Amino acid sequence: MEITEPILLVLVVATALAFDFTNGFHDTGNAMATSIATRALKPKQAVLLSASLNLVGAFLSLAVAATIATGIVNSGVVTLQVVLAGLVGGIVWNLATWFFGIPSSSSHALVGGIVGAVIAAAGTSGVLWSGLIGKVLLPALIAPIVAIGVASVGTWLVVRITREVKDNTNDRMFRWGQIGSASLVSLAHGTNDAQKSMGIILLALLASGAVPEGSSVPFWVILSCALAMAAGTYIGGWRVIRTLGKGLVELSSRQGMAAETSSAAIILVSSHFGYSLSTTHVATGSILGSGVGMKGAKVRWSVAGRMFGAWVITVPSAAAVGALCFFIEQVIGGNAGSYVVFALLVVISTMIFVRSRRTKVDSKNVNDDWESSADNESVIAQSVAAHDPRLLRIKRKKKKRNKKKKSVAGKKHKKKNVTG
Amino acid sequence: MSKFIEWDAIGNIIVVGLVFGAGLPALFALGVRALAGPGAKHANGAALLTRRVAAVTCFTVIVLAVTGAIIYIAAGGH
Repeated sequence: MEITEPILLVLVVATALAFDFTNGFHDTGNAMATSIATRALKPKQAVLLSASLNLVGAFLSLAVAATIATGIVNSGVVTLQVVLAGLVGGIVWNLATWFFGIPSSSSHALVGGIVGAVIAAAGTSGVLWSGLIGKVLLPALIAPIVAIGVASVGTWLVVRITREVKDNTNDRMFRWGQIGSASLVSLAHGTNDAQKSMGIILLALLASGAVPEGSSVPFWVILSCALAMAAGTYIGGWRVIRTLGKGLVELSSRQGMAAETSSAAIILVSSHFGYSLSTTHVATGSILGSGVGMKGAKVRWSVAGRMFGAWVITVPSAAAVGALCFFIEQVIGGNAGSYVVFALLVVISTMIFVRSRRTKVDSKNVNDDWESSADNESVIAQSVAAHDPRLLRIKRKKKKRNKKKKSVAGKKHKKKNVTG
Repeated sequence: MSKFIEWDAIGNIIVVGLVFGAGLPALFALGVRALAGPGAKHANGAALLTRRVAAVTCFTVIVLAVTGAIIYIAAGGH
Protein backbone atom coordinates (compact mmCIF):
# COMPACT_ATOMS: atom_id res chain seq x y z
CA MET A 1 0.00 0.00 0.00
CA GLU A 2 1.25 3.45 -0.97
CA ILE A 3 1.61 6.09 1.72
CA THR A 4 0.36 9.26 0.09
CA GLU A 5 2.04 12.01 2.09
CA PRO A 6 4.80 10.48 4.22
CA ILE A 7 6.43 13.68 5.52
CA LEU A 8 3.10 15.27 6.39
CA LEU A 9 2.09 12.08 8.15
CA VAL A 10 5.26 12.17 10.27
CA LEU A 11 4.53 15.81 11.17
CA VAL A 12 0.97 14.98 12.21
CA VAL A 13 2.10 12.03 14.34
CA ALA A 14 4.79 14.19 15.99
CA THR A 15 2.24 16.93 16.68
CA ALA A 16 -0.24 14.45 18.12
CA LEU A 17 2.47 13.15 20.47
CA ALA A 18 3.31 16.73 21.40
CA PHE A 19 -0.35 17.29 22.25
CA ASP A 20 -0.30 14.13 24.34
CA PHE A 21 2.71 15.50 26.20
CA THR A 22 0.98 18.83 26.95
CA ASN A 23 -2.12 16.90 27.98
CA GLY A 24 0.00 14.98 30.48
CA PHE A 25 1.63 17.93 32.14
CA HIS A 26 -1.47 20.08 32.04
CA ASP A 27 -3.49 17.44 33.85
CA THR A 28 -1.01 16.22 36.48
CA GLY A 29 -2.72 18.55 38.90
CA ASN A 30 -6.13 16.91 38.51
CA ALA A 31 -4.86 13.83 40.27
CA MET A 32 -1.99 15.07 42.36
CA ALA A 33 -2.60 18.71 43.34
CA THR A 34 -4.38 17.86 46.59
CA SER A 35 -1.80 15.26 47.66
CA ILE A 36 0.99 17.73 47.03
CA ALA A 37 -0.81 20.57 48.80
CA THR A 38 -1.48 18.52 51.95
CA ARG A 39 2.04 17.02 51.83
CA ALA A 40 0.71 13.48 51.65
CA LEU A 41 3.37 13.04 48.97
CA LYS A 42 6.47 15.03 48.18
CA PRO A 43 6.04 16.88 44.87
CA LYS A 44 8.56 14.71 43.01
CA GLN A 45 7.10 11.48 44.41
CA ALA A 46 3.63 12.60 43.42
CA VAL A 47 4.47 13.28 39.78
CA LEU A 48 6.46 10.06 39.56
CA LEU A 49 3.53 8.04 40.92
CA SER A 50 1.10 9.84 38.64
CA ALA A 51 3.34 9.36 35.59
CA SER A 52 3.71 5.63 36.26
CA LEU A 53 -0.02 5.19 36.66
CA ASN A 54 -0.75 7.22 33.54
CA LEU A 55 1.65 4.93 31.69
CA VAL A 56 -0.07 1.81 33.02
CA GLY A 57 -3.48 3.34 32.38
CA ALA A 58 -2.67 3.97 28.73
CA PHE A 59 -2.10 0.25 28.23
CA LEU A 60 -5.14 -0.88 30.16
CA SER A 61 -7.82 -0.42 27.59
CA LEU A 62 -8.46 0.73 24.04
CA ALA A 63 -12.21 1.04 24.33
CA VAL A 64 -12.50 4.75 23.66
CA ALA A 65 -9.68 5.28 21.16
CA ALA A 66 -10.77 7.20 18.07
CA THR A 67 -13.92 8.53 19.68
CA ILE A 68 -12.61 12.04 20.27
CA ALA A 69 -13.83 13.72 17.13
CA THR A 70 -16.61 11.39 16.09
CA GLY A 71 -20.05 12.83 16.59
CA ILE A 72 -18.64 16.35 16.78
CA VAL A 73 -17.35 16.97 13.27
CA ASN A 74 -18.34 15.48 9.95
CA SER A 75 -15.63 12.86 9.44
CA GLY A 76 -15.80 13.23 5.65
CA VAL A 77 -14.03 16.61 5.74
CA VAL A 78 -11.17 15.55 8.02
CA THR A 79 -7.84 15.56 6.16
CA LEU A 80 -4.26 15.49 7.43
CA GLN A 81 -4.10 19.29 7.06
CA VAL A 82 -7.23 19.70 9.18
CA VAL A 83 -5.90 17.36 11.86
CA LEU A 84 -2.57 19.20 11.97
CA ALA A 85 -4.22 22.63 12.27
CA GLY A 86 -6.57 21.31 14.97
CA LEU A 87 -3.72 19.79 16.99
CA VAL A 88 -1.75 23.02 16.82
CA GLY A 89 -4.82 24.88 18.10
CA GLY A 90 -5.11 22.46 21.02
CA ILE A 91 -1.41 22.63 21.91
CA VAL A 92 -1.21 26.42 21.78
CA TRP A 93 -4.25 26.78 24.04
CA ASN A 94 -2.90 24.16 26.46
CA LEU A 95 0.43 25.97 26.69
CA ALA A 96 -1.22 29.36 27.13
CA THR A 97 -3.49 28.17 29.94
CA TRP A 98 -0.58 26.34 31.57
CA PHE A 99 1.46 29.53 31.46
CA PHE A 100 -1.25 31.34 33.38
CA GLY A 101 -1.76 28.39 35.72
CA ILE A 102 -5.35 27.79 34.67
CA PRO A 103 -6.59 24.20 34.80
CA SER A 104 -8.58 24.06 31.57
CA SER A 105 -9.71 20.91 29.85
CA SER A 106 -7.20 19.40 27.41
CA SER A 107 -9.97 17.51 25.65
CA HIS A 108 -11.86 20.73 25.09
CA ALA A 109 -8.74 22.33 23.65
CA LEU A 110 -8.34 19.45 21.21
CA VAL A 111 -12.02 19.42 20.23
CA GLY A 112 -11.96 23.21 19.84
CA GLY A 113 -8.88 23.14 17.62
CA ILE A 114 -10.35 20.50 15.35
CA VAL A 115 -13.75 22.21 15.19
CA GLY A 116 -12.04 25.46 14.19
CA ALA A 117 -9.97 23.77 11.49
CA VAL A 118 -13.07 22.00 10.15
CA ILE A 119 -15.04 25.26 10.00
CA ALA A 120 -12.16 26.86 8.10
CA ALA A 121 -11.99 23.89 5.74
CA ALA A 122 -15.65 23.11 5.12
CA GLY A 123 -17.71 25.88 6.68
CA THR A 124 -20.13 25.55 9.58
CA SER A 125 -21.87 22.59 7.98
CA GLY A 126 -18.81 20.45 8.74
CA VAL A 127 -19.59 20.65 12.45
CA LEU A 128 -22.30 18.56 14.08
CA TRP A 129 -23.58 21.33 16.35
CA SER A 130 -25.92 19.24 18.47
CA GLY A 131 -23.04 16.86 19.17
CA LEU A 132 -20.78 19.76 20.08
CA ILE A 133 -23.34 21.27 22.45
CA GLY A 134 -24.56 18.00 23.94
CA LYS A 135 -21.23 16.23 24.26
CA VAL A 136 -18.82 19.05 24.99
CA LEU A 137 -20.33 22.36 26.03
CA LEU A 138 -23.15 21.35 28.37
CA PRO A 139 -21.13 18.67 30.20
CA ALA A 140 -18.61 21.42 30.94
CA LEU A 141 -21.31 23.26 32.87
CA ILE A 142 -22.71 20.16 34.53
CA ALA A 143 -19.43 18.52 35.62
CA PRO A 144 -18.29 21.10 38.17
CA ILE A 145 -21.78 21.44 39.66
CA VAL A 146 -22.13 17.68 40.20
CA ALA A 147 -18.57 17.50 41.56
CA ILE A 148 -19.10 20.38 43.98
CA GLY A 149 -22.21 18.62 45.29
CA VAL A 150 -20.68 15.19 45.73
CA ALA A 151 -17.42 16.45 47.23
CA SER A 152 -19.15 18.77 49.67
CA VAL A 153 -21.41 15.97 50.94
CA GLY A 154 -18.39 13.67 51.23
CA THR A 155 -16.29 16.26 53.05
CA TRP A 156 -19.14 17.13 55.39
CA LEU A 157 -19.62 13.46 56.31
CA VAL A 158 -15.89 12.85 56.78
CA VAL A 159 -15.38 15.91 58.95
CA ARG A 160 -18.43 15.10 61.03
CA ILE A 161 -17.45 11.46 61.58
CA THR A 162 -13.85 12.22 62.51
CA ARG A 163 -14.35 15.41 64.53
CA GLU A 164 -13.44 13.64 67.76
CA VAL A 165 -10.25 12.17 66.37
CA LYS A 166 -7.02 14.06 67.00
CA ASP A 167 -5.87 16.24 64.13
CA ASN A 168 -2.48 14.64 63.66
CA THR A 169 -4.00 11.14 63.67
CA ASN A 170 -6.48 12.27 61.06
CA ASP A 171 -3.75 13.75 58.92
CA ARG A 172 -1.60 10.64 59.14
CA MET A 173 -4.39 8.25 58.20
CA PHE A 174 -6.14 10.32 55.58
CA ARG A 175 -2.91 10.84 53.71
CA TRP A 176 -2.98 7.15 52.89
CA GLY A 177 -6.52 7.48 51.66
CA GLN A 178 -5.47 10.45 49.57
CA ILE A 179 -2.66 8.55 47.90
CA GLY A 180 -5.04 5.74 47.01
CA SER A 181 -7.75 7.96 45.58
CA ALA A 182 -5.30 10.17 43.69
CA SER A 183 -3.75 7.07 42.13
CA LEU A 184 -7.14 6.03 40.85
CA VAL A 185 -7.66 9.41 39.20
CA SER A 186 -4.23 9.11 37.52
CA LEU A 187 -5.06 5.67 36.22
CA ALA A 188 -8.41 6.79 34.83
CA HIS A 189 -6.75 9.81 33.22
CA GLY A 190 -4.10 7.69 31.50
CA THR A 191 -6.73 5.40 30.08
CA ASN A 192 -9.05 8.13 28.90
CA ASP A 193 -6.75 10.82 27.61
CA ALA A 194 -3.89 8.83 26.08
CA GLN A 195 -6.47 7.13 23.93
CA LYS A 196 -7.55 10.44 22.46
CA SER A 197 -4.11 10.95 20.94
CA MET A 198 -4.00 7.32 19.86
CA GLY A 199 -7.29 7.86 18.09
CA ILE A 200 -5.98 10.96 16.31
CA ILE A 201 -2.83 9.14 15.14
CA LEU A 202 -4.92 6.21 13.96
CA LEU A 203 -7.12 8.59 11.96
CA ALA A 204 -4.03 10.12 10.36
CA LEU A 205 -2.58 6.70 9.52
CA LEU A 206 -5.86 5.65 7.96
CA ALA A 207 -6.24 8.90 6.02
CA SER A 208 -2.81 8.58 4.45
CA GLY A 209 -3.12 4.88 3.75
CA ALA A 210 -0.27 3.85 6.02
CA VAL A 211 -2.43 1.17 7.60
CA PRO A 212 -5.29 -0.70 5.91
CA GLU A 213 -8.91 0.31 6.50
CA GLY A 214 -10.40 -1.13 9.68
CA SER A 215 -7.13 -1.85 11.46
CA SER A 216 -6.81 -1.32 15.18
CA VAL A 217 -4.28 0.88 16.98
CA PRO A 218 -0.74 -0.39 16.21
CA PHE A 219 1.41 -1.23 19.22
CA TRP A 220 4.03 1.46 18.55
CA VAL A 221 1.26 4.06 18.68
CA ILE A 222 0.07 2.82 22.08
CA LEU A 223 3.63 2.76 23.37
CA SER A 224 4.61 6.20 22.11
CA CYS A 225 1.37 7.81 23.34
CA ALA A 226 1.76 6.20 26.76
CA LEU A 227 5.36 7.39 27.00
CA ALA A 228 4.55 10.92 25.80
CA MET A 229 1.79 11.29 28.36
CA ALA A 230 3.89 9.82 31.17
CA ALA A 231 6.81 12.12 30.29
CA GLY A 232 4.47 15.13 30.29
CA THR A 233 2.99 14.09 33.62
CA TYR A 234 6.44 13.66 35.14
CA ILE A 235 7.59 17.09 33.99
CA GLY A 236 4.58 18.26 35.93
CA GLY A 237 2.49 21.31 35.21
CA TRP A 238 3.56 22.96 38.43
CA ARG A 239 1.70 26.16 37.64
CA VAL A 240 -1.60 24.34 37.32
CA ILE A 241 -0.85 22.14 40.35
CA ARG A 242 -0.26 25.27 42.37
CA THR A 243 -3.56 26.86 41.37
CA LEU A 244 -5.54 23.70 42.10
CA GLY A 245 -3.76 22.76 45.31
CA LYS A 246 -3.23 26.17 46.88
CA GLY A 247 -5.29 28.70 44.97
CA LEU A 248 -8.85 27.51 45.42
CA VAL A 249 -9.08 26.14 48.93
CA GLU A 250 -6.65 25.70 51.81
CA LEU A 251 -6.81 21.93 51.93
CA SER A 252 -6.49 19.54 54.83
CA SER A 253 -5.83 15.88 54.13
CA ARG A 254 -9.42 14.98 55.01
CA GLN A 255 -10.69 17.41 52.37
CA GLY A 256 -8.11 16.21 49.87
CA MET A 257 -9.13 12.62 50.31
CA ALA A 258 -12.82 13.41 49.95
CA ALA A 259 -12.15 15.56 46.86
CA GLU A 260 -10.07 12.95 45.04
CA THR A 261 -12.50 10.14 45.81
CA SER A 262 -15.33 12.27 44.52
CA SER A 263 -13.35 12.97 41.33
CA ALA A 264 -12.53 9.32 40.75
CA ALA A 265 -16.10 8.21 41.38
CA ILE A 266 -17.69 10.83 39.12
CA ILE A 267 -15.22 10.28 36.27
CA LEU A 268 -15.70 6.52 36.28
CA VAL A 269 -19.46 6.61 36.85
CA SER A 270 -20.10 9.23 34.18
CA SER A 271 -18.17 7.36 31.55
CA HIS A 272 -20.06 4.22 32.53
CA PHE A 273 -23.31 6.01 31.72
CA GLY A 274 -21.92 7.22 28.42
CA TYR A 275 -21.66 10.87 29.46
CA SER A 276 -18.05 11.84 29.31
CA LEU A 277 -17.10 14.66 31.67
CA SER A 278 -13.78 16.45 31.60
CA THR A 279 -11.31 15.20 34.24
CA THR A 280 -10.23 18.79 34.77
CA HIS A 281 -13.71 20.16 35.37
CA VAL A 282 -14.58 17.33 37.75
CA ALA A 283 -11.34 17.67 39.73
CA THR A 284 -11.73 21.43 40.06
CA GLY A 285 -15.35 21.09 41.13
CA SER A 286 -14.43 18.47 43.70
CA ILE A 287 -11.74 20.66 45.25
CA LEU A 288 -14.20 23.56 45.47
CA GLY A 289 -16.77 21.20 46.99
CA SER A 290 -14.31 20.08 49.65
CA GLY A 291 -14.07 23.71 50.70
CA VAL A 292 -17.84 24.17 50.68
CA GLY A 293 -18.38 21.08 52.84
CA MET A 294 -15.86 22.00 55.52
CA LYS A 295 -16.88 24.40 58.23
CA GLY A 296 -14.62 27.43 58.29
CA ALA A 297 -12.69 26.55 55.14
CA LYS A 298 -11.77 29.40 52.83
CA VAL A 299 -12.95 29.12 49.25
CA ARG A 300 -11.46 31.67 46.86
CA TRP A 301 -14.40 32.11 44.55
CA SER A 302 -12.55 34.84 42.69
CA VAL A 303 -9.92 32.34 41.55
CA ALA A 304 -12.67 29.88 40.67
CA GLY A 305 -14.45 32.60 38.70
CA ARG A 306 -11.41 33.28 36.54
CA MET A 307 -11.13 29.57 35.94
CA PHE A 308 -14.75 29.21 34.84
CA GLY A 309 -14.20 32.14 32.51
CA ALA A 310 -11.29 30.32 30.92
CA TRP A 311 -13.37 27.18 30.49
CA VAL A 312 -16.05 29.08 28.64
CA ILE A 313 -13.57 30.47 26.13
CA THR A 314 -11.50 27.28 25.73
CA VAL A 315 -13.39 25.86 22.77
CA PRO A 316 -13.76 29.14 20.84
CA SER A 317 -10.14 30.16 21.47
CA ALA A 318 -8.64 26.84 20.43
CA ALA A 319 -11.01 26.91 17.45
CA ALA A 320 -9.73 30.34 16.45
CA VAL A 321 -6.12 29.12 16.53
CA GLY A 322 -7.06 25.96 14.64
CA ALA A 323 -8.88 27.93 11.97
CA LEU A 324 -6.01 30.40 11.65
CA CYS A 325 -3.55 27.55 11.17
CA PHE A 326 -5.71 26.05 8.48
CA PHE A 327 -5.89 29.40 6.66
CA ILE A 328 -2.11 29.68 6.80
CA GLU A 329 -1.84 26.18 5.34
CA GLN A 330 -4.23 27.13 2.55
CA VAL A 331 -2.67 30.49 1.74
CA ILE A 332 0.82 29.04 1.40
CA GLY A 333 -0.57 25.94 -0.17
CA GLY A 334 0.51 22.36 -0.48
CA ASN A 335 2.77 20.62 1.96
CA ALA A 336 4.82 23.79 2.41
CA GLY A 337 1.84 25.30 4.25
CA SER A 338 1.83 22.45 6.72
CA TYR A 339 5.57 22.77 7.27
CA VAL A 340 5.16 26.47 8.02
CA VAL A 341 2.39 25.77 10.54
CA PHE A 342 4.54 23.13 12.22
CA ALA A 343 7.47 25.56 12.37
CA LEU A 344 5.16 28.21 13.86
CA LEU A 345 4.12 25.74 16.55
CA VAL A 346 7.74 25.11 17.46
CA VAL A 347 8.46 28.86 17.63
CA ILE A 348 5.39 29.65 19.74
CA SER A 349 6.04 26.77 22.14
CA THR A 350 9.64 27.84 22.60
CA MET A 351 8.58 31.44 23.24
CA ILE A 352 6.04 30.43 25.89
CA PHE A 353 8.58 28.14 27.52
CA VAL A 354 11.31 30.78 27.62
CA ARG A 355 8.88 33.35 28.99
CA SER A 356 7.76 30.88 31.67
CA ARG A 357 11.32 30.54 33.00
CA ARG A 358 11.16 34.11 34.23
CA THR A 359 8.45 33.30 36.75
CA LYS A 360 9.27 29.74 37.45
CA VAL A 361 6.97 27.46 39.41
CA ASP A 362 8.48 24.06 40.14
CA SER A 363 8.54 21.31 42.70
CA LYS A 364 10.32 23.59 45.17
CA ASN A 365 7.93 26.51 45.40
CA VAL A 366 4.70 24.82 44.35
CA ASN A 367 3.41 24.83 47.94
CA ASP A 368 4.32 28.40 48.86
CA ASP A 369 1.54 30.42 50.42
CA TRP A 370 -0.88 31.60 47.80
CA GLU A 371 -1.40 35.10 49.07
CA SER A 372 2.19 36.15 49.59
CA SER A 373 3.24 35.04 46.14
CA ALA A 374 3.17 38.46 44.61
CA ASP A 375 5.43 37.44 41.73
CA ASN A 376 3.21 34.67 40.52
CA GLU A 377 0.15 36.79 40.98
CA SER A 378 1.53 39.53 38.83
CA VAL A 379 2.03 37.04 36.03
CA ILE A 380 -1.52 35.82 36.24
CA ALA A 381 -2.53 39.42 36.40
CA GLN A 382 -1.14 40.54 33.10
CA SER A 383 -3.02 37.99 31.16
CA VAL A 384 -6.25 36.61 32.34
CA ALA A 385 -7.69 39.97 33.16
CA ALA A 386 -6.91 43.03 35.14
CA HIS A 387 -6.13 41.33 38.35
CA ASP A 388 -5.46 42.67 41.79
CA PRO A 389 -3.69 40.60 44.43
CA ARG A 390 -6.10 42.07 46.92
CA LEU A 391 -8.89 40.23 45.17
CA LEU A 392 -7.49 37.03 46.58
CA ARG A 393 -8.23 38.10 50.09
CA ILE A 394 -11.29 36.59 51.56
CA LYS A 395 -12.16 39.34 53.97
CA ARG A 396 -14.91 41.58 52.83
CA LYS A 397 -14.02 44.81 54.49
CA LYS A 398 -11.68 46.15 51.81
CA LYS A 399 -14.21 47.92 49.65
CA LYS A 400 -11.69 49.94 47.73
CA ARG A 401 -10.92 47.03 45.47
CA ASN A 402 -14.14 47.85 43.66
CA LYS A 403 -12.40 50.22 41.37
CA LYS A 404 -10.43 47.33 39.94
CA LYS A 405 -13.47 45.29 39.27
CA LYS A 406 -13.36 45.09 35.52
CA SER A 407 -12.14 41.52 35.77
CA VAL A 408 -13.38 38.38 34.11
CA ALA A 409 -16.43 36.52 35.11
CA GLY A 410 -18.11 38.99 37.38
CA LYS A 411 -18.06 36.46 40.17
CA LYS A 412 -16.64 38.79 42.73
CA HIS A 413 -19.90 39.22 44.52
CA LYS A 414 -19.84 35.56 45.42
CA LYS A 415 -16.66 35.89 47.33
CA LYS A 416 -17.28 35.16 50.94
CA ASN A 417 -16.16 33.26 53.93
CA VAL A 418 -17.73 29.88 53.72
CA THR A 419 -18.72 29.23 57.26
CA GLY A 420 -20.95 26.30 56.54
CA MET B 1 -32.76 21.89 26.05
CA SER B 2 -33.95 18.39 26.81
CA LYS B 3 -32.69 17.13 23.51
CA PHE B 4 -29.15 18.11 24.51
CA ILE B 5 -29.18 17.11 28.16
CA GLU B 6 -29.46 13.45 29.02
CA TRP B 7 -31.32 13.84 32.29
CA ASP B 8 -31.36 10.09 32.94
CA ALA B 9 -27.59 9.87 32.66
CA ILE B 10 -27.11 12.91 34.89
CA GLY B 11 -29.53 11.55 37.49
CA ASN B 12 -27.63 8.27 37.53
CA ILE B 13 -24.27 10.02 37.79
CA ILE B 14 -25.47 12.07 40.76
CA VAL B 15 -26.95 9.11 42.65
CA VAL B 16 -24.15 6.60 41.99
CA GLY B 17 -21.54 9.34 42.31
CA LEU B 18 -22.90 10.20 45.78
CA VAL B 19 -22.92 6.55 46.85
CA PHE B 20 -19.27 6.02 45.89
CA GLY B 21 -17.83 9.53 45.86
CA ALA B 22 -19.24 10.50 49.25
CA GLY B 23 -19.88 7.04 50.68
CA LEU B 24 -16.33 5.70 50.42
CA PRO B 25 -14.72 8.71 52.16
CA ALA B 26 -17.38 8.41 54.88
CA LEU B 27 -16.56 4.72 55.26
CA PHE B 28 -12.87 5.53 55.48
CA ALA B 29 -13.68 8.11 58.13
CA LEU B 30 -15.65 5.50 60.07
CA GLY B 31 -12.61 3.24 59.93
CA VAL B 32 -10.37 6.00 61.22
CA ARG B 33 -12.83 6.82 63.98
CA ALA B 34 -13.05 3.16 64.96
CA LEU B 35 -9.27 2.96 65.29
CA ALA B 36 -8.49 6.33 66.77
CA GLY B 37 -11.74 7.82 68.04
CA PRO B 38 -12.60 8.27 71.72
CA GLY B 39 -12.89 5.00 73.58
CA ALA B 40 -10.97 3.02 71.01
CA LYS B 41 -7.97 2.31 73.15
CA HIS B 42 -7.10 0.43 76.30
CA ALA B 43 -5.24 2.27 78.99
CA ASN B 44 -2.00 0.81 77.62
CA GLY B 45 -2.59 2.35 74.17
CA ALA B 46 -3.60 -0.76 72.22
CA ALA B 47 -6.87 -0.58 70.30
CA LEU B 48 -9.84 -2.69 71.39
CA LEU B 49 -10.33 -5.86 69.34
CA THR B 50 -13.90 -4.94 68.31
CA ARG B 51 -12.74 -1.55 67.13
CA ARG B 52 -9.93 -3.08 65.13
CA VAL B 53 -12.30 -5.56 63.49
CA ALA B 54 -14.66 -2.73 62.61
CA ALA B 55 -11.83 -0.67 61.11
CA VAL B 56 -10.45 -3.57 59.09
CA THR B 57 -13.94 -4.25 57.75
CA CYS B 58 -14.29 -0.64 56.59
CA PHE B 59 -10.89 -0.60 54.93
CA THR B 60 -11.48 -3.99 53.27
CA VAL B 61 -14.70 -2.76 51.68
CA ILE B 62 -12.81 0.28 50.35
CA VAL B 63 -9.96 -1.83 48.95
CA LEU B 64 -12.52 -4.07 47.26
CA ALA B 65 -14.25 -1.04 45.73
CA VAL B 66 -10.94 0.33 44.41
CA THR B 67 -9.94 -3.07 43.00
CA GLY B 68 -13.32 -3.28 41.34
CA ALA B 69 -12.79 0.16 39.82
CA ILE B 70 -9.41 -0.85 38.38
CA ILE B 71 -10.85 -4.03 36.87
CA TYR B 72 -13.65 -1.91 35.48
CA ILE B 73 -11.16 0.50 33.86
CA ALA B 74 -9.16 -2.42 32.44
CA ALA B 75 -12.29 -3.97 31.02
CA GLY B 76 -12.87 -0.76 29.07
CA GLY B 77 -16.14 -0.05 30.83
CA HIS B 78 -15.79 3.68 30.64
